[in-house]
Amino acid sequence: MSLNKEATDATAIGDVEGVTLYDVDHPAPVIEAPRKRTKKTPKATRGNFEMYGWLFMRLSGIVLVVLVLGHLLIQLVLDGGVSKIGFAFVAGRWASPFWQAWDLIMLWLAMLHGANGLRTIINDYAERDNTRFWLKMLLYTATVFTVLLGTLVIFTFDPNIR
Amino acid sequence: MATPVLDKVEAESAASPYITVTFRIRRFNPEISDEAIWEDFRIDIDPKERVLDGLHKIKWDLDGSLTFRRSCAHGICGSDAMRINGKNRLACKTLIKDINPEKPITVEPIKGLTVLKDLVVDMEPFFQAYRDVMPFLITEGNEPTRERLQSPEDRERFDDTTKCILCAACTSSCPVFWNDGQYFGPAAIVNAHRFIFDSRDEAGEQRLEILNDRDGVWRCRTTFNCTDACPRGIEVTKAIQEVKRALITRRF
Repeated sequence: MSLNKEATDATAIGDVEGVTLYDVDHPAPVIEAPRKRTKKTPKATRGNFEMYGWLFMRLSGIVLVVLVLGHLLIQLVLDGGVSKIGFAFVAGRWASPFWQAWDLIMLWLAMLHGANGLRTIINDYAERDNTRFWLKMLLYTATVFTVLLGTLVIFTFDPNIR
Repeated sequence: MATPVLDKVEAESAASPYITVTFRIRRFNPEISDEAIWEDFRIDIDPKERVLDGLHKIKWDLDGSLTFRRSCAHGICGSDAMRINGKNRLACKTLIKDINPEKPITVEPIKGLTVLKDLVVDMEPFFQAYRDVMPFLITEGNEPTRERLQSPEDRERFDDTTKCILCAACTSSCPVFWNDGQYFGPAAIVNAHRFIFDSRDEAGEQRLEILNDRDGVWRCRTTFNCTDACPRGIEVTKAIQEVKRALITRRF
């Protein structure tokens, strides 16, 4: 991030037959900082959404360490590793409400944790309000879709399918 | 015949404290070009002198058009924060010998603010964020007839954040601020902290509400760039975390 000066180097226009483009009366445009704060910057709104978001990231992170590492251990390491995973294995696990609950909580926490993380990244890096809005809409759609689909599958899973 | 002369020259150079240092300065002058360029200046300088002395030498002896801010030149006014060898520092508190004078010393304007000329940036967005946290004592009721007294312990609570000189070294080292100037930035939060934790002040709640917003403390990613950059040694990230803690404990 060496500001935007390098970018302007490429498009800089040289002198044309001794005529300078910029002088005291016609200075070059300066490069404005992105979304800078002015007097018109809206005053603070009431509400604790950002605080709850921040807290949720910390708390869900702690729970996810246990859930995800446990999940990876069971799925990939213990008892024959990845080769044991099949329809029968999943059907066997989801017969127990404990594993149903485990997977459900993991799905919700991981999806919301990831979505909130991406939301902050979009807020940090998207410069234009339009880009920001549409990237977030895409993110929310994908999140809602995945969470609903996953929840539906966990609750309506039928081991005797077909 | 040449030998004694050489000896003399060597002896002289050993006695002289001066060394030759290259200053590589980021120049920008909108009245000449829309490009910013690096310009090298070679000067003889005592390594125990400061980067600001080097800049003075260049401005006074080599190129009078070199533009930078400085007022007190002793680390109190906070005018001459700049990016020296890739790190935000005060030019008046950085000794040449401490930043490897063997290699060229790069001097750039601080980042995230509009460069107006050479090392001068537009500080207005920075001061706007400062004004927005209401950096003044707010009280209710009648004015007391004598001083507002405070115990040494109460004073100690916010001692660290009273040291801020508003040089913008922290705010312009913050990656969130580089990308989004709407973020209050470390300096504004430090100055809010100074009043939030002051036992005499009565508007802490209002300031917390301001910093609880979308562009407030929750955008801090704890990268510690601000703490590293602060020329006054303020634990900036710690102050931001204390505001976060105050916001959470206020609710729960």
